[in-house]
Amino acid sequence: MAPVLETRSLDKRFGGIIAANSISLAIKGGARHALIGPNGAGKTTFVNLLTGMLQPSGGEILLDGAPITYLAPYKRVKLGIARTFQINQLFADLTPIETLGLAISERHGSGRDWWRIVGTRHGITEEIADLIERFRLADVMTERTAVLPYGKQRLLEIALAFACRPRVLLLDEPAAGVPEAERHDILSTIAALPKDVTVLLIEHDMDIVFSFADRISVLVNGELFVEGTPDEVARDPRVKAVYLGETFHG
Amino acid sequence: MRHDLEAATTRFLRARARFGPLEILFWIVAFSTIWLLPTKHLILTETVIWGLFALSLDLILGYAGIISLGHAAFFGVGAYAAGLLAKYEIINEPTVALLASGLAAAVLGFATSFLVLRGTDLTRLMVTLGVSLVCFELANRFGDITGGADGLQGVTIAPILGTWRFDMFGHTAYIYCLVVLFIMFILARRIVNSPFGLSLKAIKGNPLRSAAVGIAVNWRLVAIYTLSAGFAGVAGALLAQTQAFASLSMLSLERSADVLLILIIGGTGYLYGGIFGALIYRLLQDYLSDLTARYWQFWIGLLLVAIVIIGRERIGGWIAPVVRFASRLGRRKASSVTAPKAAAPGEGG
Repeated sequence: MAPVLETRSLDKRFGGIIAANSISLAIKGGARHALIGPNGAGKTTFVNLLTGMLQPSGGEILLDGAPITYLAPYKRVKLGIARTFQINQLFADLTPIETLGLAISERHGSGRDWWRIVGTRHGITEEIADLIERFRLADVMTERTAVLPYGKQRLLEIALAFACRPRVLLLDEPAAGVPEAERHDILSTIAALPKDVTVLLIEHDMDIVFSFADRISVLVNGELFVEGTPDEVARDPRVKAVYLGETFHG
Repeated sequence: MRHDLEAATTRFLRARARFGPLEILFWIVAFSTIWLLPTKHLILTETVIWGLFALSLDLILGYAGIISLGHAAFFGVGAYAAGLLAKYEIINEPTVALLASGLAAAVLGFATSFLVLRGTDLTRLMVTLGVSLVCFELANRFGDITGGADGLQGVTIAPILGTWRFDMFGHTAYIYCLVVLFIMFILARRIVNSPFGLSLKAIKGNPLRSAAVGIAVNWRLVAIYTLSAGFAGVAGALLAQTQAFASLSMLSLERSADVLLILIIGGTGYLYGGIFGALIYRLLQDYLSDLTARYWQFWIGLLLVAIVIIGRERIGGWIAPVVRFASRLGRRKASSVTAPKAAAPGEGG
């Protein structure tokens, strides 16, 4: 299958620091691709580059073979790239219903409607209900996001990205900080994502990575280090060397 | 289950946009002052205009998080536009001239909106202030058109819709302003309850994530800034029309500061803040200047400090729960049907 999302020699420098060094990565359609690497390897920088929140210093980003390297973030969303954030980026004063409705309206192109009252379009409320159910948010759907338990906020974080109905979904440590008891909800939700959605998972937790991914890339010091199937990566002595003695906050 | 969820979702969303009984009562009281307080129409007219002006500021501050210390620029441009249109008999009919004046201010708003897109609150304060100072000096410099420091004299306002003359007691003026306020309020209310309005609240809360769900953040801000400028322009035009006069003070920094003060007193982000703020401000001004004619601003200043420090940015914070409660009376709670509260969230996020 042809790559959906591809980078070619992508560079990012912050002054003298090289956060991404000539990263060439191809993510195939429908893949469950994981990007792992020690702290400070540049994983989140890479996601920021893919989504347009950072501008690369060099190189190219292609979606379905067409360059999107310098496209504004919101335009990339419209083309089908959505992401979650390692640290929740939610709308504290909005309820889950409103939060999801926002993204759905935007996708339908009705986000600019200034005369219609929110919630008066059947298609949109139907989709909100769908997402609420899929992401197990029914019991908190009318609460302000700010007061939701952390686990629910984490689910909403993913639901919100999913509401953009992406073709490529970038999950930046989806289970970060979630207590063990609530972890299962998140993992099973991720596992249940539709097969036609291409997923790039950034993760620290090796259990999650190896149970989820069919392809793994290892990033170290801004460079792509190893790429292969989970088996290949697990057996690779260089990967072991990198991870040996490393401490993770995952 | 699914169907119930959707129904509950729809109900929840629509309930937010519905007029509550307190709101209806408010407008009934407001309109009843036409008959109940005929001797106060002059002062009420002024209050209504301040209310509309503060409402325009609320649209950007309360809903999009853009702070401005130069909103008088748009108020003043609207005022001069209305004055000039009437003086040179370009557009005689007041309501059409009102729209045209609002449009003129909106054009200025659109042109300057690009300056407030980026930057912190401080940059925005300075940029908006700068724009209003430029407008002020332009009006001062081109005195042959604007009348400069003497103000725009010799303005005669034609009867509204060719029927209602402005009278010296200000009855016509008050009804005119109140109706305009009501219409503009309904318009604003509709807009903030639309998907567009929701996206503004999202941008205010988290611009980063807003962009990440596909919202063209900058264009939304341009749109609301332009709209807000138009509202301010209409307010300015109302003042010029009801006083048959426009002056530099309508463009002044003091007016920009006053409207911010009024909005903060009334509270941001629920649309009534501007109107309440204007009422409170006028009443206080009246009461305090009776008490201590020269030092009333001392008390206003003290009140402002108290409000900002004690009362989480709005008096409305006390009013809002009451409003919410009242608007639920006589109506089933919109949210409780399919949302089992058994697994209520315990810990905070």
